[in-house]
Parts: sequence; C-alpha cells; structure tokens
Amino acid sequence: MGFGDLVFESVAAGFAFCIIALLILIAYELIAKSALSIDKFGWIFLISTTWDPVHEIFGALPFIFGTVVSSILALIIAVPLSLGVAIFLSEMAPSSVRFPISSLVELLAAVPSVIYGLWGIFVMAPILRIHVQPTLAKTLGFLPLFQGPMHGVGMLAGGVILAVMILPTISSISREVLRAVPDVQREAALALGATRWEAVRISVLSYARSGIIGAVILGLGRALGETMAVTMVIGNRPEISASLFALAHTMAAVIANEFAEATYDLYLSALTEIGFLLLLVTCFVLTIGRLLVWRIVRVPKGVTL
Amino acid sequence: MNKVDRDRSRRRLAVDRLMYFLCFLCVLIAVVPLLSVLYYVAASSLAIINFSFLTGLPRPPDEYGGIGNAMQGTFIVVATASLIGLPIGVFAGIYLAEYGNNRIGGSIRFVADILAGVPSIVVGLFAYSFIVLAMKRFSALAGGVALAAIMIPIVARTTEESVKLVPNTLREAALALGITKWRTALYVAVSTARSGILTGIMLSIARISGETAPLLFTAFGNRYWAVGIDQPVETLPVRIFNYAIAPYDRWHAEALGAAFLLIILMLAINLLVRFAVRGRYSPTR
Repeated sequence: MGFGDLVFESVAAGFAFCIIALLILIAYELIAKSALSIDKFGWIFLISTTWDPVHEIFGALPFIFGTVVSSILALIIAVPLSLGVAIFLSEMAPSSVRFPISSLVELLAAVPSVIYGLWGIFVMAPILRIHVQPTLAKTLGFLPLFQGPMHGVGMLAGGVILAVMILPTISSISREVLRAVPDVQREAALALGATRWEAVRISVLSYARSGIIGAVILGLGRALGETMAVTMVIGNRPEISASLFALAHTMAAVIANEFAEATYDLYLSALTEIGFLLLLVTCFVLTIGRLLVWRIVRVPKGVTL
Repeated sequence: MNKVDRDRSRRRLAVDRLMYFLCFLCVLIAVVPLLSVLYYVAASSLAIINFSFLTGLPRPPDEYGGIGNAMQGTFIVVATASLIGLPIGVFAGIYLAEYGNNRIGGSIRFVADILAGVPSIVVGLFAYSFIVLAMKRFSALAGGVALAAIMIPIVARTTEESVKLVPNTLREAALALGITKWRTALYVAVSTARSGILTGIMLSIARISGETAPLLFTAFGNRYWAVGIDQPVETLPVRIFNYAIAPYDRWHAEALGAAFLLIILMLAINLLVRFAVRGRYSPTR
C-alpha cells in the first residue's frame, strides 16, 4: 500500500469515525447536562405527574404519556393506509403510474414539519372541531376516549398530524421490503390458482412480515421524536386525560416550548433529561426496526429518512 | 363446476377487486394532505408576497413586515451547516463504500442510520449545551452545528449508496492500469457517482432548510439583519413557527407567505433531483 493510499484511507476513516464520535458526544452532553435533575429527582422523575416550574418540581409522566399515546394513535391511523399504499405500488399498480404516485407520497416527507403545523392549526384543527369530533362524540361517545369539550387541537389532532408525517416513512420502507420478496413466491401462489390479492396475502405479506414490522417500528421512531407539527396542534397542556379530545403535551413539544424560556439550571436540566430519555427511546426503537428491516432488505437511504 | 364452487370463486374475485379498490383508496387518502397543504399555503399567501415582503424587516403586528432577514439567516445557517457537514458526510460515505465492507464499516453504517433518526429537537439540545453554553450566547454557528449533525448521516449514506452503484469493473480497469487505490476511488468511483452524490447533498440541504426544532434555542431569532456568525439570527422556519402561534392575523398571513417560499424551495429541489439529476448512479429511484 502506497503512501497516498494510507493518507486517503486514514482521512476518510477519520471523517467516518466522526459519525460515531458525534452520537457519543450528543449522548454525553445530554447526560452531563441532565445530571442536576437526575440527582434531585431520581426515578421519581419518570412517574411524577407534577410539572411546576414555579415551585421547581418536575415530573415527566404527562409528557411521556402524551408522546406514547399520540404515537400509538398515529400508528393506528397510518399503518393500514401506508400498507395499502405500499401494496398498491409494489403489487397492483401498472408500472406507468408507480413513479408519479410514489413521488407524490414521498413528497409528503419533504414538507417541513413546521408547515404541517401551520396547516394543522388553520385547516386540520377546524375540520376536526366542526366535523370529526362531533361525529365521533355522537357515534362513539359512550367511550371515555371521545368525551369532553371539543377544541379541534388536542391529542387527536396530534395523532392525526403524526400519522400524515410517518405515512411516507412506513410506506416507502414497506415498499422496499415487498420489492425484495422473490417473484417465485408470487408465482407459486398464482400457479395454484390464487387471485392476485390471495397471492399477496398468502405468499408476499407472510414472507415480508418481519420487514413490515420493522418499517412500522421505524415509523414509530419518527413519530416519537417529531416536534414542531405536534407542538402546534396538541394544545401543550401537561395533563393526563382519558379523552382524545383533551389538550395534551409531548416530550419533544415541552422542550421546544419551554427550553428557550427556562430561567434556572434545574429547569434546563429537567428539560435536557427529557431530551435524553427521548434519545434513549428513539435509539432503542430505531435499532430494533433497523435490524428487522435488514433481515429482509438493505434499505437504500435517500429521500425518506 | 357446481354452484358452490362457482359462488366461492365469485366471492374470491370480489374480494380481490375489493382489496384492489381499498389499496387504491389508501393512495388517494395519502395524497390528500399533501395537496391540501400545497393548495392552502399557495392560495392564502399569494396576496402577501411582494417586493417589500421579500426584502423587508419584521414589523409590529399592526403593519405588514418582511422576511428579508429570515431568508438571509436561513442562508447563513444552512451555509455554515454545509461547510461543516458536507466534507464529513461525503468522505464518510466514500469510506463506507470503498473501505467499509467489514465490521468497522458495518458499525459506522449502523450508527449513521441511528443518528439520522435521532429527533432533531435532541440535536438542538446538544448544540445548545455544546456551543451556546460555551459561547454564552445564541448564535448562527450553533444553529449551523445542529443542522450539520442532521445533515452528516444523510449525506454519508446517500454518498455511500451512490458510490457503491458504480460497477466494480470500472475500478478493476483502473487498478489494472496501475492506478493507485485512492486515485481509483476518487477519480473513477466517486467521479462516476457524482450526480448521485449531488442528489444526496441537494436533498439534505432541502431537509435542513426546513428544520425548525434544532434552531429554536441555537440560532434563536433576531428582529434585525444578521451581523455575524456569532450572533443570533432569524430563520424562515422559526419565523413561521413564531408567527403561526402568535394571536395576530397579519402575522398569520406573513407566516403563510414565508411557508410558501419554503415549500417552493423544497419542491424545487426535490423535483429537480427527481427528474433532472436522475443519473445512472443515483440512489433515488
């Protein structure tokens, strides 16, 4: 190996290791800056529902609750839709419309979060308040989920807007997974007289199952950390309520809302600890999702991340 | 074929058609939000966009102001991020493609994917404690560092995918002529893959131009023109956020105008790379 080779490889390797160093640095900075809050509150931080900056008492449970519930709601809405899109694009659509449709769906991922928030405030929330929430209250109002005053904004709005934002993630990764299913799988089912849908259901979806679960988990990872659109429509009130109509708050949203105005170290530290928890959870979720998808296909990175 | 069989096959065909229809319906539902966002932002912002809006400074809520300083600030922050992030991302991608076919490469690839999924607000917290606390003030530099951290894994992975698409026969031909490995990597593989690499760079720039969360407490905001990279600057996404949640109708209109510009930028870059730069060795398909 010549001198030039050695230099080039070391330089490139140095830059590549920057990526690992960066993730370690992010984790280190967050741990270091949340030490104050971890010392003061310990594990109680995770289960306390009081968030009272005036009296310097901080508990993260309302935010954890909001993040989890809004993400689950988003998955409930987005998973069937994105699987439908993925199946249509990979198994059903004539090849001439595949590129335009997939481009449109992936453009959904290109719209900045803050613009979804803007649209959420001025278009989606009024529609929810005037049409969707009264209908839900009338038909399913016996459930505690659909009771209480209707603001338009709130947990339901947060879940819907998250669903819009994770749909392109789940559908494009699922599509890659479906594309990786060998054609012999489909042909075998078709040769036995299965209809097109039966071939998809019996031989394609069952083959791709773990990859699709991975795609859903990667979508979940995106939903957990999504900030701007959610904070603009979820109402930003740190309360735990059974109703989806109620105002709520999420981990990412409270950091976005309060960090720049936090006036003392413990407050900043508590917010940073929430950020650290978010980092841990998303890393964990993304690792699992990535491993599941990698069992089926190496997803080319590019448009949708 | 008896009647039972005929009924059953009719039912199976009906299910087949129903599922086709349902999947198509999913596609229609999926694109409704996109079209609605585009229509709403375009329709409600055309009236406000004029020369003074594009070049002016923000004004109090009782008169119309402009977004000139926000555009300037977005340019400064994105340029800073690109200066930091592009060399690291591109070289890391080249390393992964040319030397990364081993365990080290595998773990870097994995970490890059995790890093790409780290919530952008968390990256903002990192830039705050790493730069803002050290400099003791909000700054364009801190915003640039946050955006660079978002940009690096995207650029690294798209560069890697593009360079990997270059056929090995090209490398072998170069090596057989006695050209050293690093020159082959740089002048054959990377040079062949440059349209794909450019695609990744453009998409990452589009992505970070719209990022809001990591700028809230790094670049922060500024009612005036930016004077230096060590000072807080206004950016388009942060302006949209602050104006959208404010209680003034004029500010809402201005937020929509700013959103329109941002969306145009985003669509232009995305459509450009989708239809124009779709070279043979480009990772977007």
